[in-house]
Amino acid sequence: MNTVLLITILAVFLTMALSLVRAFRGPTNYDRILAVNVFGTKTVLGVALIVFITGHDDLIDVALVYALINFITVVAVLKLVKMRDLATSGEGDITDG
Amino acid sequence: MRYFLSLAIILSALWLGISGVYKPVILALGAASVLLVVWLSARMEVVGTEHNPAVYSWRLPVYWGWLVWQIVMANVHIARLVLQPQRIRPRVIRAPVPHKTPVAKVTYANSITLTPGTITLRLEADFVDVHAIDDHSAAGIEGGGMAAKVSWLERGREID
Amino acid sequence: MVDIVLDWVSWLMLLSGGLVAVIGGIGLLRFPDIYTRLHAGGMTDTLCMLLIIGGLILQSGLSILSIKLALILLFMLFTAPTAAHALARAAMVDGVEPQTGEGEPSSNT
Repeated sequence: MNTVLLITILAVFLTMALSLVRAFRGPTNYDRILAVNVFGTKTVLGVALIVFITGHDDLIDVALVYALINFITVVAVLKLVKMRDLATSGEGDITDG
Repeated sequence: MRYFLSLAIILSALWLGISGVYKPVILALGAASVLLVVWLSARMEVVGTEHNPAVYSWRLPVYWGWLVWQIVMANVHIARLVLQPQRIRPRVIRAPVPHKTPVAKVTYANSITLTPGTITLRLEADFVDVHAIDDHSAAGIEGGGMAAKVSWLERGREID
Repeated sequence: MVDIVLDWVSWLMLLSGGLVAVIGGIGLLRFPDIYTRLHAGGMTDTLCMLLIIGGLILQSGLSILSIKLALILLFMLFTAPTAAHALARAAMVDGVEPQTGEGEPSSNT
């Protein structure tokens, strides 16, 4: 059982490494944000797997919170890239032109 | 009133599921936080039919099961494309949105994005711009199967 | 007997989830532009998530842990399309043209 978990977590780590390569290569900012997003979701999976490998059940809360923070990070970074400012509001939405 | 009650029940279930510690003091704190959130939602005026997950009937789990099946099939397709990247033919298509309520439209757009191979670029009142990775994925949207399924989900809402 | 079957099913789900994750990561590198890469990223967000979290839920049985895992899965499935749509929309508004027609210029098919 532990072998299976280890293989799975290694696969997750490999995916994280691949997404890091994409984050460094770019070429656009959106590629980098996408890569960081994938990296974040794989972190959630990694933490969930670590819970089962080590047997520390409380760590699952970290994964739960990270899943939520990761989403907010993506939207916030998108807004930062688009508006050059996190505080702007009103007409200039990230989905508007 | 029905919406406040269902919101409170869902929040309580969420709290009980996450907490795992059932002592009087902690339970009281949980009840207080549920009441606070319901009060805040009432103040923000976001409690209504559109924000109430309880209005969907038994059709919602059926739809989710169907969607998971679609996701699995689309994933297998994209996995084959990853291994043979020369086969991709990305293009942008425009598909009609036959649904009336905003919830159904958003459900449709989110379902399109959730299925790998198609991504919603733009959602307007009566059409949706979709980026499809190849003909097979585009045909899945142009065929209208998913739109019909969401319409079916929408009808279940009216009956209730 | 049932336990053994469940164990095998969950191992299979975990391993195939890892495989899907790696394929998605490779797609992230191989696909030509941001929109097609979003499809590869979406792959790791959906099926990989379903398989790995589902396998872990089977491992843990009915407990607080599996409820939390199910919540993680629910949150991810709700937020992943929103994030992907926001990314695609922002890229499109910013003027990143989607590459259309044949895939990579080097291909012959």
